[in-house]
Amino acid sequence: MTDTATSEKKYPAGQHPDLPPPPGTIGVVGWIRHRLFPSPLSSILTIAALILLYLVIPPILNWAILDANFVGTSRDDCTGGGACWVFIYVRFNQLMFGFYPPELYWRPILTFVLMFVALYPLLFDNVPYKRYWIYFSILFPVIAYFLLMGGLGLEPVESSQMGGFMLTVVIGMTGIVASLPIGVVLALGRRSQMPIVRMLCVCFIEFIRGVPLITVLFMSSVMLPLFLPEGVSFDKLLRALIGVALFSSAYMAEVIRGGLQAIPKGQYEAAQALGLSYWKMMGLIVLPQAMKIVIPGIVSNFIGLFKDTTLVSIIGLLDLLGMTKASVSDSNWIGLAHEGYAFAALVYFVCCFSMARYSIYLENRLHTGHKR
Amino acid sequence: MWTDPKVRSIITQIIVVVLFVALVGFIVHNTARNLEIRGIATGFGFLSQPAGFDVASSLIEYNPTMSHGRVFFVGLLNTLLVAVLGCILATLLGFFVGVLRLSSNWVVNRLAYVYVEALRNVPVLLQIIFWWSIFLALPQVRNALSIGEHAYLSNRGVQVPAPVFEPGSGAILIALVIGIIATIILRTWAKRRQEATGQQFPIFWSGVALIVGLPIVAAAVTGFPISFDLPVKKGFNFQGGLTITPEFIAVLFALSIYTGCFIAELVRAGIQAVSHGQTEASYALGLRPGLTTRLVVIPQAMRIIVPPLTSQYLNLTKNSSLAVAVGYPDLVSTFGGTSLNQTGQAIEIIGITMAVYLTISLLTSAFMNWYNKRIALVER
Repeated sequence: MTDTATSEKKYPAGQHPDLPPPPGTIGVVGWIRHRLFPSPLSSILTIAALILLYLVIPPILNWAILDANFVGTSRDDCTGGGACWVFIYVRFNQLMFGFYPPELYWRPILTFVLMFVALYPLLFDNVPYKRYWIYFSILFPVIAYFLLMGGLGLEPVESSQMGGFMLTVVIGMTGIVASLPIGVVLALGRRSQMPIVRMLCVCFIEFIRGVPLITVLFMSSVMLPLFLPEGVSFDKLLRALIGVALFSSAYMAEVIRGGLQAIPKGQYEAAQALGLSYWKMMGLIVLPQAMKIVIPGIVSNFIGLFKDTTLVSIIGLLDLLGMTKASVSDSNWIGLAHEGYAFAALVYFVCCFSMARYSIYLENRLHTGHKR
Repeated sequence: MWTDPKVRSIITQIIVVVLFVALVGFIVHNTARNLEIRGIATGFGFLSQPAGFDVASSLIEYNPTMSHGRVFFVGLLNTLLVAVLGCILATLLGFFVGVLRLSSNWVVNRLAYVYVEALRNVPVLLQIIFWWSIFLALPQVRNALSIGEHAYLSNRGVQVPAPVFEPGSGAILIALVIGIIATIILRTWAKRRQEATGQQFPIFWSGVALIVGLPIVAAAVTGFPISFDLPVKKGFNFQGGLTITPEFIAVLFALSIYTGCFIAELVRAGIQAVSHGQTEASYALGLRPGLTTRLVVIPQAMRIIVPPLTSQYLNLTKNSSLAVAVGYPDLVSTFGGTSLNQTGQAIEIIGITMAVYLTISLLTSAFMNWYNKRIALVER
């Protein structure tokens, strides 16, 4: 009866140092065993997933990168047998700016940069001189209008010359900027004590939310000209923008209503007890708090709207998707639909995914509760 | 007087009503004038006029001599077909991927994450067009790819054998209905017995036997009255069989994959939201993991999943209107597109189209509110 463990060294009872974990439960081996092959079913899934990856990734990699041609001037430069990115390379400016005059490209680019400058104080805290910066943000839509369309000494550009990714951003941003004030009014109206105001707002919101965007766009492009007095007409882009703005303000109203409902009743009562009028109570106490809570909601609303801007290609505007569709049907570049759509998909993905990550970051910052 | 909130609210409302009526009057006045100038007819008389154009695929009998009203029903049925199938597929896909997303298996979990993020961040219209372009790049009918013995894949779509129901096949349907009803009765009985005596009954397998077995028995008794109309290549096209058009498949795939990704995220969030204490308590009571999931986690997760699931279904139905981009003959593309171009009666046609979607939305939310109330947590 000899104990091999105690024969090496003797410890007083309870003083034995901790033994290392059994081999195979820590480190790389442990991780593989625990996260990849914990049970027979899981092992089968792992192997199936790896086989799937092996079948899918190499061909895509070959097509998109290894066998692909990137630079050139015409279809003849595509000799690799893979993707013909030359198509995108040649058409890049058109996919980005549409038919905007090339010598004026600096204007949309400057607007794009200024857009981030204007968004920065709205999206992040701890910005120095936030107060003054926000004045710039409020002024930005006006600046953007003159930069893009001309006027005030800048050479005017027709709205039909705008297209591609630029048009996508313009429609998306206009939709969100226009929908904020309308959405606030609708949300306040929906929570109003006045039955007629409430009913009108509820009807508008539920009507717009109940129909597809494409019918709203059809309405604004086909029916709006009929609604206007004789001789007044809007151009195609403006009509689409009105449709998008109406559509997104109904959704925005619901997001803001969620924020208004989240503000405790005590805040309203305290504001009333101080003798503030309705608009002062809303403007100074409730809305500043509510808008802060709903920023993630607004961002996800914007992601949806950004994807929905593709619908304007159906009513004949050449946004990024419309431009891609027009480009792939060019007879010089026939049969390159996959490259064109893959590029458009990548652009949309990068935009939407980064916005989604930002939204998650915000939610995590606002949501400081316990986590499992 | 202005300081009295009651009076103020009445005055405000009167102003709002006056403004609203003025706006509506202004619009009606302008519209009437514009319609007069352009010589466009008004009213719903066009619904009974012959349409004069053909529709690519229809669930009910249709030919160009039929009316615009018929076109409306053709489009509506096509919309409902793609919406209902899309909802079913999206739910299956969403629950499957959502569960994979929660797997402790690292590879599976990451793969599901990449799948969801990659597909939900790309506009659904782009996905519809992408699937469609894949189909159009397939070989022509002459070199169609065969799937198995009697199905073909070509740029005209998928060609599958069409079932032909001969006399007597009604018995199979009746047997199926009887099987379903019997299963429901059996389930109620088994539940009551288990509550009274604690004895369990193998309800799942007996249900399968009833629902699958009875129709097979019925088919055998009536001598298998269903035959198949097989597609045959003839010249440049197929003869016989059932054609599933590329447009339909593109719309169905894109909608169910796109919505499936959102549903997957809902399912994941719903299951994660069930407190871990519930699972632990269930284990402490001695329930096995499978039973814990089925009896404790899922019922509670469903309460969280169902409301947003409804809005996903509605989104899918509304997004089915994007079929117009590839020419799938749904409501918007046939009635709201071709009929509108032919008659020019934009107000009536867009009004009817919007009313249909609005009705579907309101009906779905009414049903889901009822369901939601039924499964909601009953508190003291």
